[in-house]
Amino acid sequence: MKELKLTRRSFLKATGLVIAVSITPFGTKIINASERGSFDGTFKPSVWYEITPDNKVTIYFGNSEMGQGSMTALPMIVADELEAHWKYVQVKQAPADDSFKSPILGAQVTVASASVRGFYEPLRKAGAVGRAMFIKAAAETWGVPEDECFARLSTVFHRKSRKKMTYGQLVERASKLKVPENAPLKEEKDFRYIGKPMRRIDIPDKVEGKAIFGLDIQVPGMVCAVVAHPPAYNAKPVSFDEALALAIKGVKKVVKIPQGIAVLADDFYSAQKGKEALNVKWDEGSHPYMNSEYIEKYFMECLDKPGAVAKNVGDTQKALSEAKKTYEAVYYLPHVAHAMMEPINVTVHLQKDRCDIWAPTQAQTGTRMAASRVTGLPPEKIHVHTTFLGCGLGRRSQVDFIVEACEIAKHYDKPIKLIWTREDDIKYDRFRAATCQRIKAGLDGDGNVVAWHQKVVCTSILKFYNPAWIKNGVDYFCLWGIVDSPPPPVFSSTVYEFPNFYVEQYLSELPIPAAPWRSVQNAPNAFVIECFIDELAHASGKDPIEFRMNLLKNSPRARTVLETVREMSGWGKPLPKGKGRGIAQHSCFGSYVAQVAEVAVNEKTGEIKVEKVFCAVDCGPYVNPDTIVAQIEGAIILGISTALKEEVLFDKGGVKSSNFDDYKILRMSEVPEIRVEILKSKEKIGGIGEPGVTPVAPAVANAFFNATGVRIRRLPMNPKIVLEALRRK
Amino acid sequence: MISLNVNGKVYNVDVPPDTPLVWVLRDHLKLMGTKYACGVGECGACTVHVDGVAKRSCVIPVGDVHGKKIVTIEGLPKNHPVKRAWIMEQVPQCGFCQPGTIMQVAYLIAKTPNPDPEKVLKEMDDIICRCGTYPRMKKAIKKAIELSKKGVKK
Ligand code: FES
Ligand code: FES
Repeated sequence: MKELKLTRRSFLKATGLVIAVSITPFGTKIINASERGSFDGTFKPSVWYEITPDNKVTIYFGNSEMGQGSMTALPMIVADELEAHWKYVQVKQAPADDSFKSPILGAQVTVASASVRGFYEPLRKAGAVGRAMFIKAAAETWGVPEDECFARLSTVFHRKSRKKMTYGQLVERASKLKVPENAPLKEEKDFRYIGKPMRRIDIPDKVEGKAIFGLDIQVPGMVCAVVAHPPAYNAKPVSFDEALALAIKGVKKVVKIPQGIAVLADDFYSAQKGKEALNVKWDEGSHPYMNSEYIEKYFMECLDKPGAVAKNVGDTQKALSEAKKTYEAVYYLPHVAHAMMEPINVTVHLQKDRCDIWAPTQAQTGTRMAASRVTGLPPEKIHVHTTFLGCGLGRRSQVDFIVEACEIAKHYDKPIKLIWTREDDIKYDRFRAATCQRIKAGLDGDGNVVAWHQKVVCTSILKFYNPAWIKNGVDYFCLWGIVDSPPPPVFSSTVYEFPNFYVEQYLSELPIPAAPWRSVQNAPNAFVIECFIDELAHASGKDPIEFRMNLLKNSPRARTVLETVREMSGWGKPLPKGKGRGIAQHSCFGSYVAQVAEVAVNEKTGEIKVEKVFCAVDCGPYVNPDTIVAQIEGAIILGISTALKEEVLFDKGGVKSSNFDDYKILRMSEVPEIRVEILKSKEKIGGIGEPGVTPVAPAVANAFFNATGVRIRRLPMNPKIVLEALRRK
Repeated sequence: MISLNVNGKVYNVDVPPDTPLVWVLRDHLKLMGTKYACGVGECGACTVHVDGVAKRSCVIPVGDVHGKKIVTIEGLPKNHPVKRAWIMEQVPQCGFCQPGTIMQVAYLIAKTPNPDPEKVLKEMDDIICRCGTYPRMKKAIKKAIELSKKGVKK
């Protein structure tokens, strides 16, 4: 694989015009990196692109592509302002470097629906600069004023004389120009690509089976590594038979690492056989009595233990005691697996003075830091090569598997490819945090919510991700969708405003690890809030949409998506018996989403079929609407999957679920008809990869109530839980 | 030695006959288009054609396909109606499940002379797409059937 270096020399080797953009919290700096004088080698570009004499525009992309389409959306922004012909645009994955840090997140990481959100403005400017330079180069060539020239599809034209030159022809001259101070941005009506459905750049290779995922990486001399992991949390190996493993043909080495026992072999199957031959005996671990029932009971009990206060506005206790009516409900959402299609894997080649890592990762910066810690090499000696990701969902923002692979690599002088089986991938996942919550609310005589008291028991995300970010005992990641996080502020609060608002959190002490899971904790928290709001609406005899509108007086964007989805869904039209309609809304990552679900309930079998989902989304200006629709469809399907099916089961102090036969996820015939409407919006740009997942589960639960008159406060709403709920009717 | 005919080429591989076909394709023949995702026949990511029939290569011991004709995603022609339909409908997201799914659909529409889209859709529940591209897969399956019928007529 060819190494790309961000050195002065490599820029100077360029044969064309190179525009490089450095994006920092202090602003955007754009330079002409092909110009010898101005580039001093210390400039750290966040993104750069090159135009060569053959008209090709090559854009170097630093984010991870996991299906969310930013590998297409980011170049669309540059190409539009550059006024480049799309047929000339190509994209290359840039190497891991600090300069690729996301302007929002301060690290090179693809999370929090931030790719397009973070790069939108800077990339527009960068493209506009290139266009202005070509126009200037043409004007100088022809000896005419610049304002008589215009650019169109990689060509500059002179209005009067009808002269024209392509960008390729102008490259040499343009590359000697200074970057203009205020290159004009296009007006929205002149956008050529932004806002139009564009075909994704990565799709043809994905259809041909040519796209290279982490699992597909080939490095000369490479061996395959698999690991026997402990079956229970904190279990230690008591005995294993190294000789038997080594006797298997193809097995090269057995190494004990902190994570388990690794077997290295010529190929996966030999390694796997070697692992079986090891016949490892483990002790029972730290929590041998822990199973799913135990966990649920433990979470319920923790509701009554004092926790850390995360939000305290007004006097909630007093307001509750003075309220006309009070309501209370308890919810439980179990751990959910990422179950990404491509199981966890990474390839590491550790040498004396450098370490190469080929990783399907969402966290290039984190990968370098982790590898540096394990190998003892400084971060600049760690070279991360990002591959395609077969789903990310937040799991690949974690570096546990990078650490594991580096531990193995320390024992082997050739490249190793660590592959987790599907069973490893599920059992050693860092799950979507389970949560148990109790909400109490007080209403006044007019049905206004005057007090909101929310107790959140949950598995901690930050304990495993970054314990230093736990502030005053509060893991704010677990509260996304309820309250804002402290500095650096993440605006993640619910859009509802309550005059008296109290949130308390208790973090589980069980050893189960958690991680961000598409929307971090927004989806579980939205479930709790949106189901409870629906209960309050019903209790006060109000229409659920009207009730929400009343609470969202200061949130015009949330109101608009609600109104839109009301129209789309035929809200209020009668449905036949056994069917129901439910609403939910949520906002996160700067976008607003409302959904209506229509369900059919079979009261005999306990089966819920989601028949239709209507979705209105306001994500501000959008780049590729086709990708947005695809993202929302996928998010809705994932949300239904968690609503109806997904629960990781535990037994004997470890994970019992193991593969797609016992960890069921949604399949084609279970998918509803989905209609998505993207609002035309001039608001600030928001993220799109995650928000769509948040309102689905509560909309389905509320629709179930509408159909049956019964509330379900525990996920997943599988036949067993549905029948139990119906029996309580 | 086991002799395999993959995409029209004959390979002789020296592996234990119980090695799953998917790992022979990937680790020995370096054909990386066929994916491993579950290893137990639950998801379809590893689907290939064995003598014209879609099979899960993760649960087929290579010894069982000695001398049989195997086609992988790399061997399905570029202008195949399913591949074309997949691009027209912009199906893939992460893309990892897609080669297997495409092989499954290619088989389903080839197996009957006049394929019925609804029947084909009914046979799609044994694949998994975690990205949730199912709605687009459905559209693309219908499109692929149209395209293949046009192809036959001319
Ligand atoms: S990998 Fe073969 S069916 Fe899943
Ligand atoms: S496209 Fe990602 S799993 Fe199907």
